[in-house]
Amino acid sequence: MSKQTSAVEPHGWTKFFLHTNGWLVYFFFYAPILLLVVFSFSDSRNVGTWGGWTLEWYAEFAESRNARSALSTSLQIALVSTVVSVVLGTMSALALERFEFRGKQVFDALLYLPIIIPDVTMAVMLLLFFSQFFELLGTVFGIELAKGVGSITLSHIAFSISFVSVVVRARLAGMDSKMEEAALDLYATRWQAFRYVTMPQILPGIAGGGLLAMTLSLDDVVITQFVTGPGGTTLPVYVFGLIRKGVTPLINAISVVMLVASMLLVVLSLLLERSRSGSGTA
Amino acid sequence: MTAVEAPEADEEVLEVTPEFEAAAERQERRRGFLLALPEFGYLTLFFAVPLVIVVVYSFATRNRFGGTDLSGWNVDSYVKLAEPLVREIFFRSVWLAALTTVICLVIGYPFAYYLATRSLRVRNVMLVFVMIPFWTNFLVRNYAWRVILGNDGPLTKTTEFVGLGEHEYLFTQTAVVLGLVYGFLPFMILPLYAAIERIDRRLLEASRDLYANGFQSFRHVLLPLSMPGVIAGSILCFIPSLGAYVTPEILGGAKTTLLGSYIVTQFLTARNWPFGAAMSFVLMAIMLAATVVYFRKGGRTL
Repeated sequence: MSKQTSAVEPHGWTKFFLHTNGWLVYFFFYAPILLLVVFSFSDSRNVGTWGGWTLEWYAEFAESRNARSALSTSLQIALVSTVVSVVLGTMSALALERFEFRGKQVFDALLYLPIIIPDVTMAVMLLLFFSQFFELLGTVFGIELAKGVGSITLSHIAFSISFVSVVVRARLAGMDSKMEEAALDLYATRWQAFRYVTMPQILPGIAGGGLLAMTLSLDDVVITQFVTGPGGTTLPVYVFGLIRKGVTPLINAISVVMLVASMLLVVLSLLLERSRSGSGTA
Repeated sequence: MTAVEAPEADEEVLEVTPEFEAAAERQERRRGFLLALPEFGYLTLFFAVPLVIVVVYSFATRNRFGGTDLSGWNVDSYVKLAEPLVREIFFRSVWLAALTTVICLVIGYPFAYYLATRSLRVRNVMLVFVMIPFWTNFLVRNYAWRVILGNDGPLTKTTEFVGLGEHEYLFTQTAVVLGLVYGFLPFMILPLYAAIERIDRRLLEASRDLYANGFQSFRHVLLPLSMPGVIAGSILCFIPSLGAYVTPEILGGAKTTLLGSYIVTQFLTARNWPFGAAMSFVLMAIMLAATVVYFRKGGRTL
């Protein structure tokens, strides 16, 4: 790397421009977030005005029954959808990376669609599906079901499952399959080979996929808003509703809590990735 | 996980015959299929079937009570797409999404190049700080701009203080584009970085040895070689911008309705489901076309 000729190394104005642009991009990324954090501690009724330090808005969040119940709904949905997507996603990643079977190409294509489709479109699809499905249940079987926590959870699984598959699959692809073959040659059953050889090695991938699924579930507004019903208010949907009514310092506080939570998840998954590349060279 | 636990039936067979091999292969295939089946089934039920329902709905009729009649097929919803209001929203969306993409490209390309030419250690740290906004809550990141651009927010106060006069930032197209760029810039940077990082630096050196100036070397060597990244990043910026709902809703006003918000309106307030379904289908078709173009151009990673 150090032997690069000076001709390619940017110099003069180009170098200055690249440096400045770099710093400006980071400033652009982080200044708004930092300002939001600062204003969440501001003792003023106006969201963007400084009025001295206070923890009042965080206290209001802790006392608000609606906000608390939205938070617990969000966490429940995120937990269930993460567990289901991790199990199903890992299974299909194994199938796609280690097995040949009929319909593999079709499945492969179907797997990528939820990742690239705009979330508004997916929201529309699931809304129509659930209303049609519940109507069918009502008329044919006489079962009355309504949209709510159940339909939100099913939808969250539908959009996060593919991400888990892709992440775990990438991890599997980077792993030598000879180890599993060796285990099988040494009379391990398929399950033993998976449990003791494959799984420990792909665990960072599974955990990364899980964190990703959880982040996606905790972030989603659009799809949740479409398939929600009584009792199904998640924290982002609650906050979004508040914002549309008018901004209050309470939203600043809730936003910062959500921000910190999602940043923790990102940092955790980046650390996992680091441990992954560390074990890869060993 | 029961599929991998299938009992080992082949222990009694000692002789390896072609029949045995064929049976073993069949068993392997069945195992693979069974492993994939739960997710395959799930995505069929909660993705493929809903997709078909959207197409069916787009040909249905809205009745007087805001409900949908599935009998009586027609293409009214698609005809309605040609109405002036819809056309205006469509072109506005395409224009703002394109503007967002170009701004992201102009900021993101030099940044990705800068990133790719740092030493490995610096690069890793820099990448982490791009990944964090990439995965941080989108709603909250847009809300931060609502606070900043607000009437008595920090930006307005700063411009007033500096003497640039009073400006209304919130609820304008500028605010929406700003929010979109803020939201999707990491989507542009990451594929660009991946593409530029792969390029053999010696090719750039060779071009300079052959008397290309900095710009020529960029125009004829760096840019063509990083094209897969440019296309991937542009698609990843353009598609979500086109379908954006949260950003125009938080930062935009009545004059900035975009395709995404207009679709949502059809379902949650106007109750014209067939028309909303037709628009979502068109949006999806654009997305698919863009993806196909990308893969045709030889891109592999999204």
